[in-house]
Amino acid sequence: MKIDFDLNGTPVSVDAPPMARLLDVLREDLRATGSKEGCGEGECGACTVLIEGRAVNACLVPVIQVSGQRVLTVEGLSRDEVLHPVQVAFLEHGGTQCGICTPGFLVAAAELLAKNPTPTRIEVREALAGNLCRCTGYQKIVDAVAAALSGAAEAPGDADLDRASRTC
Amino acid sequence: MIIGHDIVRVDGRAKVTGVARYVDDVRPDGCLYAATVRSTIAHGRILGIDLDPAFDWTDVTVATAADIPGENVVALMTDDQPVLADGIVRHVSEPVALVAAPTRDKALAAVAHVVVRYAPLEPLFDPEVSEGNAHRIFGDDNLFSRIDIRHGDADAAMAAAERDGALVIEATYRTGLQEQLYIEPQGMIAEPRADGGMTFFGSMQCPYYIVKALGRVLGHDRLNVVQAATGGGFGGKEEYPSMVAAHAAVLAVKTGRPVKLIYRRDEDLRATTKRHPAIMRYRTAVDRATGKLLAARVHLLFDGGAYNTLSPVVLSRGVIHAMGPYACPHVWVDGRMVATHTPPNGAFRGFGAPQVMFAAERHMDRIARALGLDPLAVRQANLYRDGDVTPTGQRLVDVGAGEVVRRALAAAEAPLPAFAGTHRPGGGGEAARRRAGRGLAIAWHGCGFTGNGEAAIEGKADVALEGDRVVVYSASTDIGQGTDTIFPSIVAQVLGIAVDRVRNAPHDTDLVPDSGPTVASRTAMVVGGVVKQGAEKLREALRAEVGGGPDEPFDALVARRKSSEPLRVRAQYQDQGAIWDRATYQGEAYPTFGWSCVIVDLEVDLDTGEVLYRRLVQATDVGRALNPTLCSGQLEGGVLQALGYATSEEVVLDAQHGMRNDRLTNYIIPTALDAPEMITEMVEIPFAHGPFGAKGIGEIPHDVPAAAAAQAIEQATGVSLDLLPMTPERVLAALMGDA
Ligand code: FES
Ligand code: FES
Repeated sequence: MKIDFDLNGTPVSVDAPPMARLLDVLREDLRATGSKEGCGEGECGACTVLIEGRAVNACLVPVIQVSGQRVLTVEGLSRDEVLHPVQVAFLEHGGTQCGICTPGFLVAAAELLAKNPTPTRIEVREALAGNLCRCTGYQKIVDAVAAALSGAAEAPGDADLDRASRTC
Repeated sequence: MIIGHDIVRVDGRAKVTGVARYVDDVRPDGCLYAATVRSTIAHGRILGIDLDPAFDWTDVTVATAADIPGENVVALMTDDQPVLADGIVRHVSEPVALVAAPTRDKALAAVAHVVVRYAPLEPLFDPEVSEGNAHRIFGDDNLFSRIDIRHGDADAAMAAAERDGALVIEATYRTGLQEQLYIEPQGMIAEPRADGGMTFFGSMQCPYYIVKALGRVLGHDRLNVVQAATGGGFGGKEEYPSMVAAHAAVLAVKTGRPVKLIYRRDEDLRATTKRHPAIMRYRTAVDRATGKLLAARVHLLFDGGAYNTLSPVVLSRGVIHAMGPYACPHVWVDGRMVATHTPPNGAFRGFGAPQVMFAAERHMDRIARALGLDPLAVRQANLYRDGDVTPTGQRLVDVGAGEVVRRALAAAEAPLPAFAGTHRPGGGGEAARRRAGRGLAIAWHGCGFTGNGEAAIEGKADVALEGDRVVVYSASTDIGQGTDTIFPSIVAQVLGIAVDRVRNAPHDTDLVPDSGPTVASRTAMVVGGVVKQGAEKLREALRAEVGGGPDEPFDALVARRKSSEPLRVRAQYQDQGAIWDRATYQGEAYPTFGWSCVIVDLEVDLDTGEVLYRRLVQATDVGRALNPTLCSGQLEGGVLQALGYATSEEVVLDAQHGMRNDRLTNYIIPTALDAPEMITEMVEIPFAHGPFGAKGIGEIPHDVPAAAAAQAIEQATGVSLDLLPMTPERVLAALMGDA
């Protein structure tokens, strides 16, 4: 079945079974391998993407569900080599180690950025509780997200992400 | 200055933009997908392997032990573990056959249609009856290894002390299985080469382990191993990837096509190695007034599972660290690593030390309780000082134990942070049902290989000038801990050039020499030292080529160079002449030790038994923080993995001793909300032979947070637990028993 959607600002069209997992369509059909699979059952968050600005686990979403919708993955966070503030903060604060969880955390943090520009550290932890990291102990991830959010006012304009994120 | 500063990790940009290439992100042309048929019983004879005739096998390849081109063995310490079970299975989830198909779904479907017929045999599961059991699993006594340490005369000293009125305290401590739970499951691609050889690309810690193991499986050594970006290891990708590589290779040989084998999470949990469970009996005589240790007898029993893997190394670290960072004049340790029909246990951050240090620290608390003394005072009465002698007879220098305790206590005076736990169900208004407690524990951890292990390995690394850039060639992988940033930083510091002009070559065994495995907290300290030497040698070689004074800047030498050929030098680990007797386990067990003090604040929910972490302070001796962000990142990740070990991570076994809770929904690792806020003090007591003073730091953070949590639970509730994990059910049961 032919399914059209918007991936990181670009219209894409795939021929896939309607119940195919969005994660497989992204990784195998579209070769957008930034989103990772850590469990395949909605527990680890490594596959987190934004659908119309809302963070979901792509391993649980049938591709038919994103037909006509906007999907944002880690590949869409930076534009023209300019990193999203959350990406910059992860680099500066040591928020990534092995990096397998990082795409999911970044996408989840981008959603938080759009929703709540001044969260407490506890709210950051709550927002990221659906993403597992085994390397960092989360301390530097929370530091990074808190720093990115406090600097959010100067975030490079990314109309698409802003729009996508505000839909929720 | 580069060393001591926060150089942003060089692989960071690729990781935050999603372009870093992990094994499953790569798909060679014509790639087939593999899956593994595993035993459903713990022990039995294989009567036959049948293919369901109703299934469409046209594009599926099936392989069994008969298809292995070379030897059916995963070569490591001993040759006991087969690549595929041949005739007999010794643990549940043991690989029996392999399938390859054009799609992952087809491969998984095919697995379900391979029917293995067994004649079941009685399994032996209980490690306490394994040694010498007539039911043989390994060798003639079921012992993978046995190590006894004899320091002083513990029996005589114990008897004498008892006569003189000393208190004898005896208890048994138990720790459970723990899964490494790297977020990226095991995975490997085997790709036939034009010359009839094979290239392996995958998730791993130790490329040369795979070279050595696969040479035997393939029956030739035309192979190279390339590390993909690796999504965590923690020991779980030390030896196990040889098995994954062997399976992919057998299918690649049979089909002549590239084969990709990626484990599903449930398969990874059921099949791969875990931390060894331990039963640890401590009997000590202590001075009644001070709690000072007079004599100790320790019996350690570790369950190795069905095959040896690296179990003897785990036992080794266990016996050496068994007393914790405490001096005792008479120590006898009896260590046993036994075989059972359980999936094999293997390398995991800490290698036996987290088990024994839980026991040693709990025993300190027991002594304090029995004597009515403060647990910290008892620890301080026994804590190692300069000149003290360890159970292996090693005289300690530059002991940091006292310093890390002082630093941790000072840091813990900071006000407690806001508490995420109050946002939880049962928090806030019902806070009265919570009890707060604080616990403290102290660790020591030998850095690098035991005894003269490093001299035997002769870790090598090359440093090369290529154009005006410098390339480091080593087999020390970056599994998240930052090798690809640390090595270039060391070289750039030595040569006085910008760090972005130095890079690590890809960890491809065709390009890099054998630096020894990426394990045992040895990469920065030992191989980093070799790399530093390599940088110094490179400068000398360049000076020899172009002339110039010893103080001339590296770049001035480079500018004078006429040749555009790469200039490559090799450095090798220099034997520091450690005196070590493997037979008696006496001598210099480690070139140096790291020290750590952990203070944890938590609350216990009296209704549910749940433990909620509020803050964790650690002061850890790192020798020198080469890159403070990377260094503290390791320390923080390590302590959280240890808190999971403490209270939430329980492996539940089914009747065949397979992992019943084989999903992330029921094997519970901490989330950001479960994790405490952390204060991480990096104490720098330099190690003269480490690069810029650096010590190994990878494992020590896992050693004592569980013990600190146990003490905090005891302080909060009065309930003392001597086993891990301290799950809500166990805490609750103890609370009820107490009431
Ligand atoms: S892979 Fe989707 S949540 Fe783990
Ligand atoms: S950085 Fe490795 S799992 Fe998060």
